[in-house]
Amino acid sequence: MFVNQFLMLAAILFCIGVYGVIVRKNAVLVLMSIELILNSVNINLIAFSLRNGSADGHTFALYVIAVAAAEVGVGLAMVLLMYRNRRSVGLDELSGMKG
Amino acid sequence: MIASDVLVAQNVGFAIIAALMIFGALRVVTTNNVVHAALWLVVVLAGAAAQYILLAAEFVAVTQVMVYIGAVMVLFLFGTMLTRARIGAEKDLNNKNWYIGLPVAGLLLVTILIALKDGFGDEKMPADADLFTVAQVSDLIFGPYLLPFWALSFLLLAAVIGAIVLARRD
Repeated sequence: MFVNQFLMLAAILFCIGVYGVIVRKNAVLVLMSIELILNSVNINLIAFSLRNGSADGHTFALYVIAVAAAEVGVGLAMVLLMYRNRRSVGLDELSGMKG
Repeated sequence: MIASDVLVAQNVGFAIIAALMIFGALRVVTTNNVVHAALWLVVVLAGAAAQYILLAAEFVAVTQVMVYIGAVMVLFLFGTMLTRARIGAEKDLNNKNWYIGLPVAGLLLVTILIALKDGFGDEKMPADADLFTVAQVSDLIFGPYLLPFWALSFLLLAAVIGAIVLARRD
């Protein structure tokens, strides 16, 4: 196994996630794309952990998983609030801060 | 000889799982159905768990299955259910700016791939690596990385309170 095959898989997933964040309008789908990005970072951490022979990357991968769970919880609460106030979860309709 | 057989099997497994993950990720960002996107995301997350097992990280793989596929996906499906009048295909899930997103993602991908090729080339993973044990990981979490662990506990508490305050109806 090459080191690069895991890193390149993570890079491809990361870019697909970035594309999703830019292109999607539905807030729930944007959160899913952010999950893709966080997962690709985790694959990198685990791959480097095996390459360097230390478990530090595992620790930080677990921390990233916990942060992602917290982010999804708060993010979906915000989406729910948005839906309750505006009856829609389209991110392009949130233009209240535009002058 | 036996070791090389195992490595071939690992590479074939990696290729199959990686292809599944990339296809699933593409479907997540292109499908017209929010529930289908969530289910394709399950494919990607399960594939990531399988890659962790290939990379000798069993505890992270189990955590990935429990936290992501168990908890986060249920949250996503609940979010879909609560913000959607109907469950089915929709037309207006995308912005009009795919012509921005495609070049940005493509350029980023090309840049990262070139940098990775330059940086790591043909470097190989250690072939006879031991499995990382849970004891090793916990020694690190409760040893040198205790302070981030505390910060994380506080973050989770804040997230729980924040989610309750945001989503409560009164």
